[in-house]
Parts: sequence; C-alpha cells; structure tokens
Amino acid sequence: MTTTTSATESRFGPRQGQKPQGGHVSAPLTTQRSDPWQIGPLLTLLGFGSFVVYVTFRAFQGLDYYSAPYLSPFYSPLVYANPEYYSGSPTFHALLGNLPAEALTMWQQMIAWLPLALPLSPAFFILIFPASFRGTCYYYRKAYYRSVVGSPAGCTVCPIAQGTYQGETRLLLIQNLHRYAMYFAVAFIFILGYDGWLSLWMPVDAQGASWVAGGGDPATYQFGFGVGSVVMMLNVVFLGGYTFGCHSWRHMIGGRLNRFASSSGETGLSYAVWKMTSWLNERHMLFAWVSLFWVMFTDFYIWAVCNGWITDLNSWSQTAAIGQ
Amino acid sequence: MSERTFRIWRGNPQDGGDFVEYTIDVQTGMVVLDCIHEIQKQHAPDLACRWNCKAGKCGSCSMEINGKPALSCMTRMNTFEEGETITVQPLKTFPVIRDLTNDVSWNYQQNKRIRPFAPRPRDPDGEHRMMQEDVDRVQEFRKCIECFLCQDMCHILRDRETQQNFAGPRFMVRLASLDMHPLDTDDRIQEVRDESGSGLCNITRCCTEACPEHINITDNAIIPLKERVVDRFYDPLMWLMRKLKPGNSREKTTVE
Ligand code: SF4
Ligand code: SF4
Ligand code: FES
Ligand code: FES
Repeated sequence: MTTTTSATESRFGPRQGQKPQGGHVSAPLTTQRSDPWQIGPLLTLLGFGSFVVYVTFRAFQGLDYYSAPYLSPFYSPLVYANPEYYSGSPTFHALLGNLPAEALTMWQQMIAWLPLALPLSPAFFILIFPASFRGTCYYYRKAYYRSVVGSPAGCTVCPIAQGTYQGETRLLLIQNLHRYAMYFAVAFIFILGYDGWLSLWMPVDAQGASWVAGGGDPATYQFGFGVGSVVMMLNVVFLGGYTFGCHSWRHMIGGRLNRFASSSGETGLSYAVWKMTSWLNERHMLFAWVSLFWVMFTDFYIWAVCNGWITDLNSWSQTAAIGQ
Repeated sequence: MSERTFRIWRGNPQDGGDFVEYTIDVQTGMVVLDCIHEIQKQHAPDLACRWNCKAGKCGSCSMEINGKPALSCMTRMNTFEEGETITVQPLKTFPVIRDLTNDVSWNYQQNKRIRPFAPRPRDPDGEHRMMQEDVDRVQEFRKCIECFLCQDMCHILRDRETQQNFAGPRFMVRLASLDMHPLDTDDRIQEVRDESGSGLCNITRCCTEACPEHINITDNAIIPLKERVVDRFYDPLMWLMRKLKPGNSREKTTVE
C-alpha cells in the first residue's frame, strides 16, 4: 500500500508562509532565550582558533619535531627529513630519507615572492589527512555550522544567513565523502601506534650514547621508556577513541545492517564491534576535544624537549646517570 | 510558597496579540502547567492551552518556556531563578490558533507521506520472529510521544523557507525505525533523501536537545540514515561494488 501525497500537502511548510506569531522574533541572532547561550559557540570558536593557529605555526616552522626517540604526531609518518632547516633531522626515521636538493630548490623558487622564507615542511603532506577527517566529521560539522556560520548559532537562535537554505545538499554534498577520510584516519592510528612503539627504543651510537642531532645514523636501539613515551601512547589512545567512535565507521562496521543476529540468536563479531563503537560514539564530542588537545600537547612536549624547556624524565638518562 | 511573575503571550492570528503579565503564588512541587491552570483560575479563565496527561506522555502540552521548547507539565518551577520572570509562548514553527495553542496538523500530513511498515512473510508456523539485539535499536525510536518539540526546535522548519522540503526530525525518527527494522522489506532510501530531505539536516542537534524522551535523534536516527543515503548515492566504491555484484551490498537495497 502506498499513500500518495497531493501537491498541496507537500507544497506548504509548517507555518504555511505566515510570519511567526506568538511573540516570536526572526532577526539574525535574536532569540527569546534568557540563558547565556553565546558561551558554547564562543568557547568552540576559541578552542578551534587556538588549535588552527598553533598547528599552522608548527607546520610552517618545520623544526623541532624530533627528539630521540620521540617524533611529533604532526610529522608522522615522516616522509622525508629536511636537512636544510634542521641539521639533526632524523634521516633514519624518514621513509624517503633526506629531501632531495632539487625539490628544495624548486620550492625556494616557488616561494621566492614571499617576504619570509617558508620551509618545505614535511608536515604539509601529513596534516591534510587529519584536517579532512576532522573537517568532515559529523561532530565538527555541527560545531562549525553553529559557531562559525551561525546556522544556527544556538537552538532557537535565528540563523545569521537568511537567504535560501540548502543544508548539506549542493556544495556541501562533499561532506558525504567523510568515510574516505575515515579510512586514512584508521591507518593513522596504526602509524601513530608504531611511533608509540618506537618511543620505547632510544637510538644510540656505537659507544652507547644517546643519538643527538647531527649524529648520523644510530648504531643500535636501546629499550626503555620516558614521560614522552607515555604522552605519545596516550595520544594514540585518545585518537583511537575519537576515530573508532566515528559515525561512518559505526555505519561501515555494522550500522548498515538490519539484522545482527542469526536465526538461532547468535550475534557475531560485527555486533560486538558495533556495540563498542556505539559506546565511543556517544562520547564522540568528548574524544574529539580531548584528542585535539592531546595531539597538540604531544607536539608541544616534543618541541619543548627539543629546546630544553622541559627535561624528559626517562629510563635512558637514569641508566646513563647510574653508569657514570 | 513564593510569588512568581509570568509573561504569557495572548492573542490569535486575526487580531494579533501581545505578552500579558500575571503574578501568582507558587507552591513547592508545581510545574509550569500547574501555574497556567492557577492563572486560568485566578486571572484569565479564557487563556487557551492544551494538555492531557500531565505526566509527560501525551505530548500535548508543548510550548516555549523562556525561549526553549518544552513540555509544560514536565518543567518544574524550581528550575528557575528566584524572582525570574517566566516567559511562555506558543510554538514558533506551527500556526498559532489562540494563546498557547498551535495547529500541528502539518505533522500528520508528513506522517501520511511515509509508506507504512511492510514486514516480510511470516514464518511457516505463522509467527513473526526477530531477535532482541536487532530490535533494540528501533525500540529507542518507539519512545516518541509526538510532542513535536523537535519539529519546533529544528531551524529548518522553524526559520527556513525551504522548510516544506524537509519532513523534520520526528519523521526522520519514524523513517529510521522502519528502515532499520529487522522485518521491514521496503526500500526507503530514495524516499529518505528525495521526499523527506535528509540532505537539508545539517546535524546541528537541536532536535536531540529538545526531545523529552531523550531519543538520540541526530546520532541514532538521522546520521545513520544519511550514511545509508551515502551508500546508495554518493559512495563511488559502493556504486562499483553494486555493479560488480548486484544485490549483495545491503539486504534491503534494491539495485537501480
Ligand atoms: S539535527 Fe537536523 S533535524 Fe535536528 S534540529 Fe538540527 S537540522 Fe533539524
Ligand atoms: S522525537 Fe522526541 S521531541 Fe520529537 S516528537 Fe518524538 S518525543 Fe517529541
Ligand atoms: S570522525 Fe566524527 S563522525 Fe567521523
Ligand atoms: S500534558 Fe501530557 S505531556 Fe504534558
């Protein structure tokens, strides 16, 4: 049985073209709410804003992203090291070794018109992935539709743009490709997990001394751990909590099914994974912020250790001290 | 017991209207609906409002209290600041009939547009069988009391001129409860996108904030439906898979 709709029924919207009555307002950003609804979107804006400024600065800086054995997540996987800007680049850590001189020359010609010298930072090749993942994330979409575009800025707050509303049709159909960004994000969890593992292995030279910037390739690796290892592993945990609570992930691993149970009532692996994902999914906003903050902190920690602002407490310096 | 002031919108579409202030004594344990009844008793016997169960289950007492859509029978007076004037209005999204009452019939028209439940044939013994794990998800959606607070809250229906192209969160919930049902055989994905306008929702979650039954409208109904729409219409890999292996991508998906 199908119920068809007459043209009139579908043509008219809720208020049937009338102006709002009942003492309601309709000018942009007006509302009858008496609570401080502005605080939420402002905090979001502040949070995003500081993150974007920090990441942009650190990516363009192209420096201080490796302090043995810790690699900043903004630079992982390290595609190549750039000897031009950091004499102590961990060439041994980079997938493609040192950046070829020709590429560097090309880059310098490209940016010759700029008033300041921009390094060709390895971070550019990496950040595009997390940026597209977070940029199309269902939670972040809500957050920036509210706090950046004001569509709407808060519930029952009149939208800023009063023109024809198209939502996520037309231009924003691009958001539907979120799952592709998710595939890369899942790969990143493994890559960062590997970095977490490497953070337990201190590169040392033939004399057994810790690898230092400019020290060439290490002779061997020594097992141990430090505060930096903990910071890096927590980063993997938080990013994992965020990534595996993703709505697209939740759909792909089970949400798209209508039947989890077999006729005998057994539920398989996909149900179990779907249940766990749903638990994380309910906390998606929390993980989004915690992981955003922590990835920034992880980078900051490594930056600070590189510059000696913080001394990394670790087992390697302890053994070195005992040995002396 | 304390004295409280209410600003209540009085009027009708023909003659217009305005806010009128009423002051009454409020006892411990009273809800906004009790206060409205008290105002009717003491000051304004002709003040129009709708209510029925006074238990948060019939969904008729929806109004906007201090700018937020809420059930007046479930809004306790002790949630307001001492001395705060409480503003009460009819819903913004639907035409006002009089005072605090709205004509919500547009919602019933939307409901009629959704094709009804189409279960697969019964098992040989005449039973319909489904597993608890499979119906858990749709049971959440069955809690809906049709108060239409989510419809009132949704900025598309509330403030946008494209409102007639979107069925609204309540009906996305209904569509989800049908599309995810383990027994349903109908293919509703095209309808979700084209008739009900899933693409218009920008997942800003106000509907979820409004729902008195705490149905996770955006996360559990709308976003999963949007993902199913992506499978069908926007994912190039899924499209390729359907071409290579027709009929296998999702049980209910009929291949175009
Ligand atoms: S999440 Fe979608 S349906 Fe819910 S209020 Fe926002 S736009 Fe409307
Ligand atoms: S989904 Fe929630 S808010 Fe919407 S009509 Fe149902 S009970 Fe009311
Ligand atoms: S990462 Fe947030 S929904 Fe996918
Ligand atoms: S009177 Fe029934 S829900 Fe409020």
